[in-house]
Order: sequence, then structure tokens, then C-alpha cells
Amino acid sequence: MRYLIRRLAFYLVAAWASVTLAFVIPRLMPGDPEATMFARFHGKLDPEAMAALRRTFGFSDAPLAQQYVCYLGHVVRGDLGVSVSYFPARVGDVIATGMVWTLFLAGLAVALSYALGTLLGIAAAWRRGGWLDAVGPPLFVLLGAFPFFWLAMLLLFLFGFTLGWSPVRHAYDSGVTPALSAQFLWSVATHAVLPAATIVVATVGGWMLDMRNTMMTVLGEDYVTLAHAKGLSPRRVMFRYAARNALLPSITSFGMALGFVLSGSLLTEIVFSYPGQGYLLIQAVRSLDYPLIQGLFLTITLAVLGANFLVDILYVWLDPRARTRSAS
Amino acid sequence: MTPPPLLEVEDLRVEYLTATGRVRVVDDVSFTVRRGEIVGLAGESGSGKTTIALAILRLLKAPAAITGGRVLFEGRDLLGLGEAELRRVRGRKISLVTQSAMSALNPVITIGEQLVDAIEEHEGVSRRRGLERARRLLELVGLDGARVASYPHELSGGMRQRVVIAMALALEPPLIVMDEPTTALDVVVQRELLGEIARLRDQRGFSILFITHDLSLMLELCTRIGVLYAGRLAEAAPARQLAAAPRHPYTRGLLGCFPELHGAATRLVGIGGTPPDPRHPPPGCRFHPRCGHSLPACHVSAPPRTVVGPDHEVACHLLP
Repeated sequence: MRYLIRRLAFYLVAAWASVTLAFVIPRLMPGDPEATMFARFHGKLDPEAMAALRRTFGFSDAPLAQQYVCYLGHVVRGDLGVSVSYFPARVGDVIATGMVWTLFLAGLAVALSYALGTLLGIAAAWRRGGWLDAVGPPLFVLLGAFPFFWLAMLLLFLFGFTLGWSPVRHAYDSGVTPALSAQFLWSVATHAVLPAATIVVATVGGWMLDMRNTMMTVLGEDYVTLAHAKGLSPRRVMFRYAARNALLPSITSFGMALGFVLSGSLLTEIVFSYPGQGYLLIQAVRSLDYPLIQGLFLTITLAVLGANFLVDILYVWLDPRARTRSAS
Repeated sequence: MTPPPLLEVEDLRVEYLTATGRVRVVDDVSFTVRRGEIVGLAGESGSGKTTIALAILRLLKAPAAITGGRVLFEGRDLLGLGEAELRRVRGRKISLVTQSAMSALNPVITIGEQLVDAIEEHEGVSRRRGLERARRLLELVGLDGARVASYPHELSGGMRQRVVIAMALALEPPLIVMDEPTTALDVVVQRELLGEIARLRDQRGFSILFITHDLSLMLELCTRIGVLYAGRLAEAAPARQLAAAPRHPYTRGLLGCFPELHGAATRLVGIGGTPPDPRHPPPGCRFHPRCGHSLPACHVSAPPRTVVGPDHEVACHLLP
């Protein structure tokens, strides 16, 4: 328990650092949000209206320290300001809609890829030199070597455009109203297949190789030999004795991957025009929507930290040695 | 009247099937273990001791493979068994105690669960009943029964090795193969544990195949001893006979390596040189490059097994 509290303190410090960075970085970026906004109105904006807008968006020439304190206050309250490009929507609401889609698409795909890759790795290591072990790794390394976006475009071209089996853009048919209806859910599912497949195909090989290699090491351990010597069934030895131990290192990598879900699917989302976080981020950068950029960076870093904390908890639960370390 | 043999290993041959050829690590080794006996196999690292232990339970991993011989247990050849039949032998008929107490237990599940796993697998008892038995097993090897809830890292090396022994006893097999059961432990704990093993053996009457590089330990514990050199059996004799009248120069060399605790200070005589590379074993007797008494014949042909007394066999050209 003490261990988890220590970890929590660490994550709070890290969160503060990322919040501060999210404050600093946009201010170091070239470009001027005011000028951009002014240009949106084709220069036909009287000074009073301009001043009103500045107040709305919180643009100010106040000293940085004062801005920073004000900013921290807003962040703590969860107020991320008003989006410029989606005006007058609040940044929080804009991100929330994007986040739902990203969590659904990338979260599902990453979890699926991890589960599948890990199982394949276990099977490959168990039958070392078997057909899966011979074919799997080179095949998946080859697939993993393709750039994400290229793979996405290939799938899109092949299944979406040429064969017409799958919709080519967006998260659901524009003709369907979002509701808990079978029609809507079906539409969402069909739209998610290709982008999810892209993520799975591109990442499953890494998980498989990781798991296969750790499994190989664990299979050489005395306790695996001894488990066989006890006359246990192969399935029990494979999962309870070998895989259970081989899983520990990969849990940490899974946490990292889960954290990067919010940003990592960026290219896939762009290719499929999927309205998630990555897509929002590109839009925000294109239109110099500072509040949105800041908000997105913030949620992404917080998501990485959050996922890692979850993994820490999971690790303590899975590895009794981590529990003892936490007690001492 | 000698008790009937429990385990008969006949001309066992184990080879590593590598891309560059076969490397023979166990070469036509034969020995028997009778009911209630403790038989020792002694040898340096690389002499094939552990390989023999794993071969008996058919636990060798590729590229190692059994390429000849028979392993008869209660008259049945284990080398001819299928996987499912083998699983019924492992743990219930023959169990194993491995070398390192540190890595012999699964670090992520409790020792109770590890004990119950074996009981549940073979006897299909409920986990609760199994746990009760696990508790009694721990008490049998001198541990607190409440330790069933402990994880391996919470125990000392000596306690862990006791758990491994409890695990080997779980299904009361007639034979336990112990591969360097005390090597990783300090001398005091080693003593304690050996006493414990001897006590349990007297109580339960199982047989032990005891494998170690420590000949002095073996002389105390075992009824009969086989001395391995480079994958071949150099000498096999009753323990007392071996200590009193060793016939093979290698055995004599090994026995010359122990300091005498009582009596006059003597100069220890080691064995010069190192064991041969199994990929390029010397022709003839494998020991001849290190032997002080080698004859011309030793360079040419492997010495035959010569019976020199009851249960006493030596493979050496020096013998008539």
C-alpha cells in the first residue's frame, strides 16, 4: 500500500510537470492566435468586439507568472477554455467527443492486439521451432515494418475502395442518428473494423515477439521443469507456471501502449477520417486553436500517467514480490 | 537377500543432436536402485549427473535426446511411455528435487497452491482438502503448516528447499530423484536438511537417487555409489567399499580431495587437468589424459566393466 501511495505521489508530480509544459509549449510556438482570429473575420472586427473575444478566450498580455497561476486554477477546476476552431464549444466538450471515439477504437484495438499477440507468443514459445514459431515472427515483423499510415491506406484502398466491403470514412453513417439502436451500433462496428484492423496488424507482432522471448527464458527455469516433474498437465504448466511469470514484464509495456492510445492512433484516425483525438489534434494545430491544443496535450499526458498508475496497481496484484517491496 | 530393483537403468545413452553432429553426454550408463535404498551418483560438473536425472523422468529438452538404453521402473520401460502415461508416473511414482532452491518454486503463486496442484492433478481432491494435506506436508518437513499461504520469496533458502522436498513427497512416490538438493545451501542448513531426508526415508521407506558432486556427503548418506566421469560410469560400489578400497584412479583422486577432520594433517592431492570437452572426447578411456597410471591400452580402447566384488564394478584397464 505504501508503495502505491509513493507511486501516486510520483504521478502527481509528473502530472504537474506535464500541465506546466502544456502551458509553456504553445507560448513558444510561432503564430499568433489573435491574428488568426482576426483573419477569420476578414479583418472586419471593431476593437470593442475584438476585446470581447479576447476576454472570452482568455488571451491576455498579463505577466506570464500571473497567466500561469490563473491557468493552473482553471486546469484544477477542469475548465480548459473555449475552442477557437469549434467556437463557441468548450474545449472540454470537444475533447470529450473525440475521446469517446478514440477510447473505443484504439483502446479496443490495443487490448485486442495485446491479447492476441500474447497468446500467439505463448503458443510459439511452447512449440518452439513449430510452424507458428517459424512463420509468425517473420510475418509479423514484416507487417510491423510498414508505416502505420501506409498500412491504413492499403487496407482502405483494398477493402473500402476496391472491394467496397467497408465504409471508407467517419465513425458511423451520417444517415444514422446516434442512439442505442441496433442500426447505429452496427454502423459503428462496421466503421471501426478497418481502422482497428490497421492497429492490430501493425502492433500484434511486437507483442508476440516480446511474449515469445520472455516465455523462452521462463521455460528454462527450474520451476517449470519441476512443474513437469510433478506430472501436471501441459496446459497447467504452460499458463499457471510459465505464462503467468512471462506476463509480468509485458504488463508494463502494455501500460505504456494503453497510455499512448489517445495519441498513438493519430495517423490511423487521419487516414480514416475517424473523429477521435488524433483527428482533433491535427485540426487544432492547423487552425492554431491554442486552447484545444493545450487541452489535448494535457489529456494525452494525463492518460499516459493514468494508464501507468493502473498498471502499477495491476502489477502489485499480479506479483507478490512487488507487494512485499511495498511493505518494506 | 537383496530387495528387488525398483529402478533399472540399462545402457542409457543421451546425446545432444546439434547441427554439427551428435555430442554424447551420457554414454552407456547402467545402475539400479532397489527398494528403500539411497543410491548416489557422483561426478564433476558436466559429467552427466543432471542429464541422467532428467532422462529418467523424460524431462530432457531438445537438443538433448535419449538415443539408447532402457529405464525400467517396476519392470516397465519408461522410454516407451506416451505423454499421458508419463504424467501419471511423474510425481506419483518418481518425483524430483532440483538443484537450486532459489528458482525451484514458482514466484507468483503460494507454496500451498504449488503443493495442491500436484495433489489435485493426480488424485482429483478438492482444493480445500488438498490444502489441508499441503499443511501436513509442510509440517512433515519441519515447517509451520501456516506457511501454505506464503510466497516463495518470503522463505529462506533452506525453507524453500524443504518445500521442494515436501512437494516431492506429496504423492508418496516410491522413488525420489534428488539432484544436488543441498548444494545452494550453507553447510549448517545442509547438515540439517540431510538429517531430515534420512529421517523421512527411514520413516517412509522410499528410495532415493541422490546426485551430487560432493562425494563426502554421499559417503555418509548412501548405500551404494556410482562415480561418473565424462558421461561414463567409472566405478560403482557400496559406499563403505568405495571409501575403504576405491579401485578406479579417478575415485581415488576424488577421495584424496577431502581434508581429514580428525587425524594428522596430510597434503591434499587434487586431480590435475580438467574434464574433457564432450564434443571432442579423448579416445580410449576418457580419463587417461589426467590419469597417473595410464597404460598404452588406455589410449586406444574404452575399458570394459569389471566386476571386482559384490555390487562393485570398475571400468579400468589397470584391473586384471
